Amino acid sequence: MGLSYRGRARALLEEAGAEDYDLLEMRTGSRKLSGILMPRPEILDDEHVVIKLDNGYNMGVAVAKISGVRVLRKGGAAPERRPPAPSAPRGGLPKVSILATGGTIASRVEYSTGAVRPTESPEELLDLIPEMGEAADVSYKSIMAVFSEDISPEDWVEIARAAASELNSGASGVVVAHGTDTMHYTAAALSFLLQNLTKPVILVGAQRSIDRPSTDAVLNLSSAVRMAAYGPAAEVMIVMHGSTSDDFAFAIRGVKARKMHTSRRDAFLPVNEPPIAVISSGGDIEITGRIRRRRGSGKVDVDPRIEPRVALIYAWPSITGDYLRAVSSSGYEGVVIAGTGLGHVPNRIISEIGELVDSGIPVVISSQCLFGRVNLRVYSTGRRLLAAGAIPAGDMLPEVATVKLMVGLGRGYRGDELREFMTSNIAGEISESIPPNSFPPCYRPGAI
Amino acid sequence: MVDVPRVRVGLEIHQRLATHKLFCNCPSELREDEPDYWARRRLRVSYSELGSIDPAARFESLRNRTFTYGAYSDATCEVELDESPPLPMNLEALEIALEVSLMLGMDPVDEVHTMRKIVIDGSNTTGFQRTALVAMGGEVKTSSGTVRLKTLCLEEESAYIISTAPEGATYRLDRLGIPLIELATEADITSPSQARETALTLGRVLRATGKVQRGIGTIRQDLNVSIEGGARQEIKGVQELALIPKIVEREAVRQATLLELRDRIRETVGEVRVSEPRDVTSALLGSKSRLIRRALSNGERIFGVRVDGLAGFLGVEIQPGRRFGTELSGYAKVFGGVGGIIHSDELPGYGISEDEVRALREALGADRSDAFILVLAEEAAASTALEAVSERLIQAGLGVPEETRRALPDGNTEFMRPLPGPARMYPETDVFPVKTGPLIERILRKGLPEMPDATIDRLQREYGLTREHAEMLLDEGRVGLFERVAAASGNLSPRYVAAILTSEMRALKREGVDVEGIGEESLSEIVSLVDSGILPKEGVRDALTEVAERGPAALEDLRRRKPPSESEIRDIVRKLIRDNAELVSRRGERAFSPLMGEAMRILRGRAPGSLVSGILKEELRRALRGTPRG
Ligand SMILES: [Zn+2]
Repeated sequence: MGLSYRGRARALLEEAGAEDYDLLEMRTGSRKLSGILMPRPEILDDEHVVIKLDNGYNMGVAVAKISGVRVLRKGGAAPERRPPAPSAPRGGLPKVSILATGGTIASRVEYSTGAVRPTESPEELLDLIPEMGEAADVSYKSIMAVFSEDISPEDWVEIARAAASELNSGASGVVVAHGTDTMHYTAAALSFLLQNLTKPVILVGAQRSIDRPSTDAVLNLSSAVRMAAYGPAAEVMIVMHGSTSDDFAFAIRGVKARKMHTSRRDAFLPVNEPPIAVISSGGDIEITGRIRRRRGSGKVDVDPRIEPRVALIYAWPSITGDYLRAVSSSGYEGVVIAGTGLGHVPNRIISEIGELVDSGIPVVISSQCLFGRVNLRVYSTGRRLLAAGAIPAGDMLPEVATVKLMVGLGRGYRGDELREFMTSNIAGEISESIPPNSFPPCYRPGAI
Repeated sequence: MVDVPRVRVGLEIHQRLATHKLFCNCPSELREDEPDYWARRRLRVSYSELGSIDPAARFESLRNRTFTYGAYSDATCEVELDESPPLPMNLEALEIALEVSLMLGMDPVDEVHTMRKIVIDGSNTTGFQRTALVAMGGEVKTSSGTVRLKTLCLEEESAYIISTAPEGATYRLDRLGIPLIELATEADITSPSQARETALTLGRVLRATGKVQRGIGTIRQDLNVSIEGGARQEIKGVQELALIPKIVEREAVRQATLLELRDRIRETVGEVRVSEPRDVTSALLGSKSRLIRRALSNGERIFGVRVDGLAGFLGVEIQPGRRFGTELSGYAKVFGGVGGIIHSDELPGYGISEDEVRALREALGADRSDAFILVLAEEAAASTALEAVSERLIQAGLGVPEETRRALPDGNTEFMRPLPGPARMYPETDVFPVKTGPLIERILRKGLPEMPDATIDRLQREYGLTREHAEMLLDEGRVGLFERVAAASGNLSPRYVAAILTSEMRALKREGVDVEGIGEESLSEIVSLVDSGILPKEGVRDALTEVAERGPAALEDLRRRKPPSESEIRDIVRKLIRDNAELVSRRGERAFSPLMGEAMRILRGRAPGSLVSGILKEELRRALRGTPRG
């Protein structure tokens, strides 16, 4: 067992031979305090020692006030968790593979460091969410332990390969446990990387870690496993809360999903279409959108070609042409601009956009409105953008357009071929029509 | 039952603070109106930091319950809904907590760490209550000895429960997150009356800060009661100080009786043996008992267990009007969600006949020396209920189990849940620790508030108040207001001002006037209207009532209402006499009394009674002189 303290606190504790989780007695003035030495997160100062008292409370004791430290009992090993043995899965259930990549859903706060530790075994999840085991014969693999903000295009390929391999070896569906921050990027990537998809691939996350009683992981994971085991859609989907309540989850097409709130359970919204399905807390699946149907046979492939050097930038009122030039001189092979409104940028940078296109760097125009379709024919600015060679993203989300451009460039498309690829619907990312029930009012009487 | 044995009592006081919520900026105000939104949630327990699932937490999660939360769009936010991480700790609340700690001679911690105390009865949307240790040590003096203080914590108030059922509970979120000081004493209290005195003293110190909420529910006491050989019981939710001695006494009696029961059980059977539950529905199929018939028609069945050799033990009275069987019933209700139990010591009864009892005994293999217990429910609920009852029975042969109990209005208590262990505290990683040094410096620079005893002495000495009025001002948190108002009222005696703020308000409260609704501003305004002669003393009660009913707007009218001049009064009186000519001619001067009452009603306390009566007498005499008596 180490000592997580630094600086002054460390010197004091080291001198007493203390390590994290030892039972200590400390003198401060005329008082004696005893408690278990708790690790102190790096981010805090070195002026305090944290102990856990008998009554369960932690308190910080100022190093300056401590006149003596004595180890009463060595703490030994780090805190142990003993998940109960899982009960054997019932026979005849569909097989569902959970692939953990890290993030809140597949990890818990490591109190010893304040950091996040990945879930090590399926038992930990199955004990908390027995519904999963009741719905399917669940297997669990930790394929990486990455915060979702650190996930890269190389990781997307690895996840796609792992998912395909599970699907090709008998799984009825795959559930990818993923951090929520960039889950919609990964979902879009899997949608383009996985070829000949015959079964559901579901990304699932949690906005409340599973070490909290109110965790949303219970509904999210059990719904995801249901959808993977029984859902009729051969799609890449995100399954997360559909409301602030634990009543139902939405299955959202991977190329139509976006995280729209930093912390709410129902942060993920479908953009420009309704959710594909609503999964009730009881496990009922109601299909509410267009789907490609699950097929019995056929091998799922991965086309791993991807060009990560694509920039996603915002248009904003004081953007300059220099900024665009800096992007291209940084080695990016393509640029997606989240334009304003219908897909506009200030007229003064259109010439630089033309320069980029002429130098072989494609520029795709999406909208920072997120909802609705880009239209470059309505106003003269848009027409000038088209004339400069920009590619309109249709109703693709900027993030989806970015991932798609990485894929298109990775496959070696350039010029008209790339334009054709970007403007055609490959995986449901460009809607034929946008139904009226696809825009979420933020103020709904009687609902939150 | 036994004599009251020697007790050991520890006190836990929960006091709401008058500042915004502890981890968000929402107001700490309770709502009466229907919430704007509802959210439904479930809670799951996970492994703790130290590896064991707390038994109390496990117990709640076994009941797969759904919780419904009512939220207000203008008074609650994403934090209460557990949709957003907590904001940093409310430093104003922490400062109040530190101030109380220092007033009580407690030792504040150097760095306050917020913890998560797992509470999964649904009363917190997160499934835990955020709580932080602020200070330890210190003591209070009482007339029968010193009581050591243990801890002062700053924590979140729970959500307000609207309704509860085995399958779930409904809460309102207006109350969730209000800052709460939890002040705990050591179990140094040795008598029921000392328990009350300690609670009163600590309550006064809290109020002396002037920054705590007042009114019903804003302060409540939990009691830890044990006797020699008994076990610690946490008794929750005592709102009336006056009830404390009775609750302590009755709990002591309950424990002593349970110990006696244990000894008798040991003598009689050695250790308690309870049979496996059995379906005994067939023994009561033709029963005329309404209870049984209703249960059967609801599709429920009857399950029973035999308790070897303990006939007569279940009917033992352990608190006035409460039998041991009632305790068992509490376990069946809480764990199984069933309506209760029927036990052999109350049979024949409930319409169950002698013959049916015999059939039941046969079905359970019980002879006359055995007791038995029945539960009417569906199988799963019944077996959970009977399992809990069996466990409680086995404990009866060992002693007194540690429990969390709920205070009942009659001074008895009932089983709520097992006493939670200390393992259910985890660090709240979303909240940074707070150093207390800078806050303490600030408090000491300003100076600590006066201690309650000193205030009572000073009010008597400086203002000539009675001790009773001084204590009332203190207990109702009106000392500051009194001093401000008394200083500003040149024409009124401090005694009179104190009387308005204390006895006058209490009298109105007894009459059912909602005096809690009268703000300090309004009170001070009313006194100043009296002081400046605009409002006669006779009008104070009406003015207070009006403000209580209509709010501060009523004061506008009062302010505009100048006292009527003598000639206006005279006009009113003359009109009154004319309108009541018949009465005046019939009763002569004896008409004074009804006319005086009427005049004061018309003037609604705007003119002093002495002035009105003088004018009325004059005018009445004048009228009578001009009117021939008939
Ligand atoms: Zn709030």
